[in-house]
Amino acid sequence: MDKFGKLKENLIEYFFLINGLLVIFVLLSIFYLLIKNSIPAFTEIGFTGFFTSAYWNPSAYSSPSYGILGQVVSTLMVTFGAMVIAVPVGIGTAAYIAEIASPRVKGILKPVIEILAGIPSVVIGFLGIVLLGPIIANTANLSNGLNALNGSILLAIMSLPTIISLSEDAISAVPDRYKEASLGLGANRWQTLVKSIIPSGLSGIIASIMLGMGRAIGETMTVLMATGNAPALPGSFFSSVRTMTSTIAIELGEVPYNSTHYYALFAVGLILFIMTFVVNLVSDIILHKYQEVA
Amino acid sequence: MSRDMKEKIGFFVLKLSAFLVILILGIILFDIVIKGAIVIDWQFLSTAPRKGMTEGGIFPAIIGTFYVTMITALLSTPIGIFTAIYLNEYAGKGLLTRFIRMAIRNLSGVPSIVFGLFGVALFVQGMNLGTSILSAGLTLGLMTLPVTITASEEALKTVPDSYRQGSLALGATKWQSIRTNVLPVAVPGMMTGSILGLARAAGETAPILFTGAAFYLPFLPGTLFDQFMALPYHLYIMATQHHAIERVRPIAYGTALVLIVLVIIMNLSAIIIRARFRNKLK
Amino acid sequence: MKKVKFYSIVILIVIISLSLVGCGSGNQQKAIQIKGSDTEVNVVQHLAESYMESSDLKISVTGGGSGTGIAALINNEVDIANSSRDMKESEIENAENNNITPVRFIIAMDGLSIVVNETNSVKELTVEEIGKIFKGEINNWSQLGGSDLPISLYGRQSNSGTYIFFRDKVLKGDYSQDMKRMNGNAQIVESIKADKAGISYVGVGYAVDENNNEVDGLKIVNVAIDENTTAVSPLKAENVKNGSYPLARPLNQYIDGKPEGALLDFIKYELSAEGQNIVVDEGFYPISPEFQEINEKNLGL
Repeated sequence: MDKFGKLKENLIEYFFLINGLLVIFVLLSIFYLLIKNSIPAFTEIGFTGFFTSAYWNPSAYSSPSYGILGQVVSTLMVTFGAMVIAVPVGIGTAAYIAEIASPRVKGILKPVIEILAGIPSVVIGFLGIVLLGPIIANTANLSNGLNALNGSILLAIMSLPTIISLSEDAISAVPDRYKEASLGLGANRWQTLVKSIIPSGLSGIIASIMLGMGRAIGETMTVLMATGNAPALPGSFFSSVRTMTSTIAIELGEVPYNSTHYYALFAVGLILFIMTFVVNLVSDIILHKYQEVA
Repeated sequence: MSRDMKEKIGFFVLKLSAFLVILILGIILFDIVIKGAIVIDWQFLSTAPRKGMTEGGIFPAIIGTFYVTMITALLSTPIGIFTAIYLNEYAGKGLLTRFIRMAIRNLSGVPSIVFGLFGVALFVQGMNLGTSILSAGLTLGLMTLPVTITASEEALKTVPDSYRQGSLALGATKWQSIRTNVLPVAVPGMMTGSILGLARAAGETAPILFTGAAFYLPFLPGTLFDQFMALPYHLYIMATQHHAIERVRPIAYGTALVLIVLVIIMNLSAIIIRARFRNKLK
Repeated sequence: MKKVKFYSIVILIVIISLSLVGCGSGNQQKAIQIKGSDTEVNVVQHLAESYMESSDLKISVTGGGSGTGIAALINNEVDIANSSRDMKESEIENAENNNITPVRFIIAMDGLSIVVNETNSVKELTVEEIGKIFKGEINNWSQLGGSDLPISLYGRQSNSGTYIFFRDKVLKGDYSQDMKRMNGNAQIVESIKADKAGISYVGVGYAVDENNNEVDGLKIVNVAIDENTTAVSPLKAENVKNGSYPLARPLNQYIDGKPEGALLDFIKYELSAEGQNIVVDEGFYPISPEFQEINEKNLGL
């Protein structure tokens, strides 16, 4: 190949490389812009004011307060509630698809899960208001059904496809010989599943749960529409809660650009970003370890 | 309890979980189709809202979603494909590649509202594009990058190595082999990826909340710098912020139905393309 | 070959869509953007639609709360900000730093109403009692002569002018953290109708139906300045006009600088007899004389 040809090949490779680097650049830019726009908030509010107070009231009568604790608790609460529902149902469904379902049933279930994954969050939130809310209100004898429970159920529905697909991958990836060995030793299919297959696929399953959790933490529209948005520290799952994502979504539209309140919202966004980043990182590490073992 | 009993019960519980998932989807689709279909007619799809949005249709929202999705496609499809080409055809196994993959995974986990914040800071304010189709489209474009990249990479991976080796053996350069032997075959698969990403973008609300979506405009957007109405945002305000929520509930259901149908059609096309592509390769 | 076909289709789609974008507003129509108060959005939308019947002007009215409208005016994104409260000093400063000169005028009067569920036996409250209820200091209906039910608070969010006005005028302190923050007047009305122990505050236009009677399912509470005065209802126009109803307030609009051209024309329409009829139609009250004077001064009419 002549020199010009080689140059062209190298340039083409660099072109593709730059595209690849773009993703890293975007991620870093998001982090950078979040930090840059949070610093003015931290300078004004102070770390203690931000992190240790549960009182978020930027337009308060007396003095504005920017305590994020209430929102953090709310976010963690609906996420926890969502996982309580989604993890058993998700893993159960994944095990069913991977080990028990006939090809015909698989053919129905897999598209169902893909379609469920594709339903926009705003539609799910809408159903939380018009369908699930009244059901919760009637069952628990409340005046309205917009609370943490509603949010948790909706978030569970949204995390299910992630947990199911990835757990199913993990379970299917367990080598057949584990199964055969267990059956050969006299265990029945259930015991094989519970004692041999699932433990072998555990890291993949845990990784899928963490990813589902990340999804729940970061979800905005669903919780915005269905949880009632009272900023107080929640008392129970029947309390109205306001997550970090809802706070940003509600207030970003009413702040003049470059005011303290504006910067404070970026600070909330920064905490959100860090939380989901950490969850994803942990999931990555677990998955990596799992691949090494397999 | 005997082992057999345990197995029967255990399997039954698993079956129940799977059934629950189908039931959930069934309820969602059923409710929206039943309550939304009554409202849908040609008028609904082709006229603008009237009388404080208590009557009329959702045409501007459909057009707005279309426009912003186009911009999203223009940004995320090429970059997504090129990144996938890099990862599958050129990249080594070193640290840089690991970082890129990690960045992709992390980017896909960033909350949609954080993308909204980023969009406001970078496009609306920083680059002075204001609240516009452009700002919103670019924000969504960045958000859908991971989906496009991952799916395109899958498509490239499925192309057997023999295609590449054969061409190289005949004396072609690396890029020539990719261009003539790999890409044409992988294009349908990569299209799948793009369409799946766009289906996701069309349904997202949080990133466009503050980068361009408008509550009500009495005219269609004229340039890329105009604000726009959009289906997911329309559903959101019809359901929560309208001043006559109960009266417009049927319109909200209609909007939800149109949105779901749009997303399902896009997902289905992507799946069909991918299935035909896989068959071809066999 | 297939690749060529694919790319040509893609390019075709892109060209068609970009040209459609160009089609949208071929004849650069004039347009006015109005944003802000949820209390005012119905009225102003009605005014705008009525005005557009005999004019080329396109007017777009959206809600979002007074705070949102004011922020949009400061960011130079709208022509008129609807606000059910007055702009704060800091907001005016912010605006001026941004080269915006806020000019205020009033388009209607509101008798901000305290609403409870129709089954609630409490009929009147003093301003002080109302303040204590919303601050969380009184928390059971039995303390006010009603049934033994914990009071269930509903309110707006901090972007609402009504929220701010109510807080500054009645509470003179902060809202209870347990108050449920709803997205707008309509959601509040729905919630009160469904909650026997509920109480909230809404613009009078939302508490009455087309015949200007109380909306089915809720009741408007009469308000007294203190224990020694009679409680007064916001449903009578004179009470709002002569200020005997303690929670009467002006509904504002803010613009940038003195109005001219199409904008001035629309504003004149809002303040005209026809415009004020629409205001009454929507359940609010016409501009009181003292505020008419302010309008004349600020707008230079």
